Amino acid sequence: MISTKPLVKVEGLQKFFPLSGGLFSESRSAIHAVDCIDFVIPLGESLGLVGESGSGKTTTGKLLVRLIDPTDGHIYMEVEGGDVDIAHLRGKDLKKFRRNVQMIFQDPYESLNPRRTVFDTIAEPLEVQGVGNVIERERRVAQLLDMVGLSPPETFLFRFPHELSGGQRQRVAIARALIIEPTFVVADEPTSMLDVSIRTGVMNLMHELADRLGVTYLYITHDLAVARYMVDRLAVMYLGKIVEMGDMEEVLHHPLHPYTKALISAVPVPDPTFERALPDIIGSIAKPIDPKPRCRFYDRCPIREKICEGSDHPTLEDKGAKHYVACYLV
Amino acid sequence: MAQATKTIGGPSPESVVALEMPLWRIRLRLLWKSLRANAALFAENPIGLVGLAIIFFFFLMAIAHPILMATVWDRNVYHPVMGIDQTIPFHPAPPSPTHLLGTAPLGRDILSQLMWSAKSEFFLGTMAALVTLVIATTVGAVSAFYGGIVDSLFMRLADLIIMTPVVTLMIVLSTLMNVTLIELAFLVGILSGFGGATIVIKSQALTIKVRTFIEAARVAGGSNTHLIVKHIIPNLLPLSFLYMMFTVTNAIFLEAVLSFFGLLNIRMSWGLMIHTTEYSGYLLDIKRWWLIFPASLSITFLCAAFYLVGRALDEIVNPRLRKR
Amino acid sequence: MEDKILQAEDLTMHYTTRAGEVSAVDNITFSVGKGESLGLVGESGCGKTSVAITILRLLPENAEIMGGRVLLDSTDLIKLSAEQMRKVRWRRISMIFQAAMNALNPVYKVGDQIIEALETHLAYMSIQESRERVEELFSLVGLDPQLMDQYPHEYSGGMRQRAVIAMALSCHPDLIIADEPTTALDVIVQDNLLREMMALQDRLGMSMIYISHDIAVIAEVSERIGVMYAGRLAELADSAEIFHHPIHPYTFGLMSAFPSIVGPKRELAMLPGEPPDLIDPPPGCRFHPRCPYSTEICIEQVPEFKDHGGGHLAACWHPLEASG
Repeated sequence: MISTKPLVKVEGLQKFFPLSGGLFSESRSAIHAVDCIDFVIPLGESLGLVGESGSGKTTTGKLLVRLIDPTDGHIYMEVEGGDVDIAHLRGKDLKKFRRNVQMIFQDPYESLNPRRTVFDTIAEPLEVQGVGNVIERERRVAQLLDMVGLSPPETFLFRFPHELSGGQRQRVAIARALIIEPTFVVADEPTSMLDVSIRTGVMNLMHELADRLGVTYLYITHDLAVARYMVDRLAVMYLGKIVEMGDMEEVLHHPLHPYTKALISAVPVPDPTFERALPDIIGSIAKPIDPKPRCRFYDRCPIREKICEGSDHPTLEDKGAKHYVACYLV
Repeated sequence: MAQATKTIGGPSPESVVALEMPLWRIRLRLLWKSLRANAALFAENPIGLVGLAIIFFFFLMAIAHPILMATVWDRNVYHPVMGIDQTIPFHPAPPSPTHLLGTAPLGRDILSQLMWSAKSEFFLGTMAALVTLVIATTVGAVSAFYGGIVDSLFMRLADLIIMTPVVTLMIVLSTLMNVTLIELAFLVGILSGFGGATIVIKSQALTIKVRTFIEAARVAGGSNTHLIVKHIIPNLLPLSFLYMMFTVTNAIFLEAVLSFFGLLNIRMSWGLMIHTTEYSGYLLDIKRWWLIFPASLSITFLCAAFYLVGRALDEIVNPRLRKR
Repeated sequence: MEDKILQAEDLTMHYTTRAGEVSAVDNITFSVGKGESLGLVGESGCGKTSVAITILRLLPENAEIMGGRVLLDSTDLIKLSAEQMRKVRWRRISMIFQAAMNALNPVYKVGDQIIEALETHLAYMSIQESRERVEELFSLVGLDPQLMDQYPHEYSGGMRQRAVIAMALSCHPDLIIADEPTTALDVIVQDNLLREMMALQDRLGMSMIYISHDIAVIAEVSERIGVMYAGRLAELADSAEIFHHPIHPYTFGLMSAFPSIVGPKRELAMLPGEPPDLIDPPPGCRFHPRCPYSTEICIEQVPEFKDHGGGHLAACWHPLEASG
């Protein structure tokens, strides 16, 4: 169910990591991990964030849950009826905001504390936010365990992570993310470390819970095939910028940006009879350190022109039906 | 393991899971289970078992002393500090049926002294170890977590302590103040705690700090205190326990050295036994071996025992050292 | 045995852990033709890496080959001595390990590491000849020969992977076993590398065993594919056959669970349960607990790995209809 009401609205979001700057020196260089991006996630419409290493997708995810603080920009989120810029929240307000946004991490082995039981781990958000007493928390944890398919709950409540399989651990991580009833969940490659036969189960689980609990996802992944199954809209990132954004199937079948085209053509296809086109792209990815004021993709673009070098990185433009591209030549 | 066969199941929202017993009992049970598993792991290592056996031996000694004093041994003769056997003309006397390890220059029974001191050594070791545990864990965790000035401060302090020759320092301290056993325990504990142990624990804490579950706890809304207390410290404790063992070794040895120089205000200890021997001029007298060997061997063995246990624990704490 | 470079027959390997004996490789039979590329696909724990290290006899201490043979031309590698096996490794068969990028020693220049491999295995080469060979290899894998004198940390991920491939090629092996060589790489880099590896293979007439959990990658690089499950081979056939006419329900399930960006968006299949514990694997067919078609016989008897027509091998009591 797609509504036009924005749940998350990101404006000019930036995150720069200074390089070799000491306490007393002006840092000269910086990694432009996230370089001024804008996007909107409407309620109920999950967004996929796709890109290679260094694209800034993971950093964006961490910014949205305020694991790291933005260098600049605004992140407006619908929190309790109003719009709040969470980018600069502190203290109690920050803690309150965390009831609305949660995260599911990539590594099911690392995102659980090996010394804490399943119960402790899942109940942690409740415990930390001071929700309910012990009995109520027990009940709620058991409920969540059932919901994520770890049944009967009693057998799982007091297990330790090392007694669970990868798929089970990820289900615990999902339960932990959802127990506080957030409206928005950032999922950072939640299935990439799981076996293929387990992945589908977890992916389906995330879908069903999204419907059932009214949760909207930002799904970060490097795998376009997985994104296809998880999200309604897709944003493609390159060196800290969004280069294309639109409806998932639309972007997949009618990509407009040369990078998106190259990315799509590079994905291996599980069909030996399928002839895949050669990705049209030059050279290899660079680090987003002090990028020149031109299109970030200039170095690798097969169709580049003078205008791409002469002007700053192009802005995202709507080419129709909410299909946005950042390119001078499209 | 139960199979996750249902994708979405779900009881009616009203169903309550009734746990068969209260939470704290469950936690206790889990603790017991993990202790047993670790004990099994520990038992695989002969080094650890040897160490443990030695410790147990001295423990029995310490327990046996008051029993013997209350039953078989005559107080006047066998008291470790004041007893004297007047039936024997010359002290120190060699081992005999009534004095299994002979007597000291002033007439005390060596075995009685040995056994009585075992108790003090345990007390000393335990106190020092606990103090170290608390200090090193807390300081290590806080330093690692907050970094910055706090971290620098504690690390420089640790450097200072490591650089300082502890024995010399203790000698100076004991001339300035009257150091008793418990004060020594605290001193050793503090020096150990703020010293090398902190650096090792802090570096462990640094590795924990960047693990994903810390991020997850933060996203859940955990405060810094919550992260340190509930996540970092529990993962540090195994390493801290390990260092405790080494602290005990240091404490016992340090006490022996200081007592040997007569610098401690203590009634009786192994170190003091050797001091008495030296003071009476019998230190190099091999014929009167019972004045030197029981005490010094006890020190050596007990120190070694704790060290061995520490090494065995190391293999549990550092899984990479474990054999497959 | 004409035109076959490698033939494995009933290869079985176990390894012992604290928890019990793991049946990691169980009666694996397959062959690789000259110049052919065979893909081994399966999920974690299925034994695909174990097969590779068994063939190369690079087993850890707690592993033991329980039976079977591996024929390289007509020599059984299992029967070779350690010394003889060393001559085979790198010169006849070489391996690219998982996370191979980490196999480069950070303190030596990359070129030197390859030269070391050359000197160890082809001792007759002079320094000058070795350097020339490294230059040749670098060009072959698409690396600027000048990079020879740089250190691994100066290379990107893709470059390191190419360096490792160069190392594997250095002694002109007949067969390369590549274990997940592109897993850690970005998709565009992966595409590039895969194309180059296939071109190299053509050019040098090498055979390849390509191991991965990624069906899509396997589909693109392999002529024949072996699907492994729980230490056994479930199915082995030409690539197109495996994908379009799978016989084993696991193969079918695996294909259906794999999302693709090509074609219409279809619903993904879900395989219930988890891969089994290899210490106590299910009796009979190891897939039966998860198989929708399993019956009594699947539990009682291990299905025979046999030809179901046209070189399409599978081990199943209820093979899927081999129709279109």
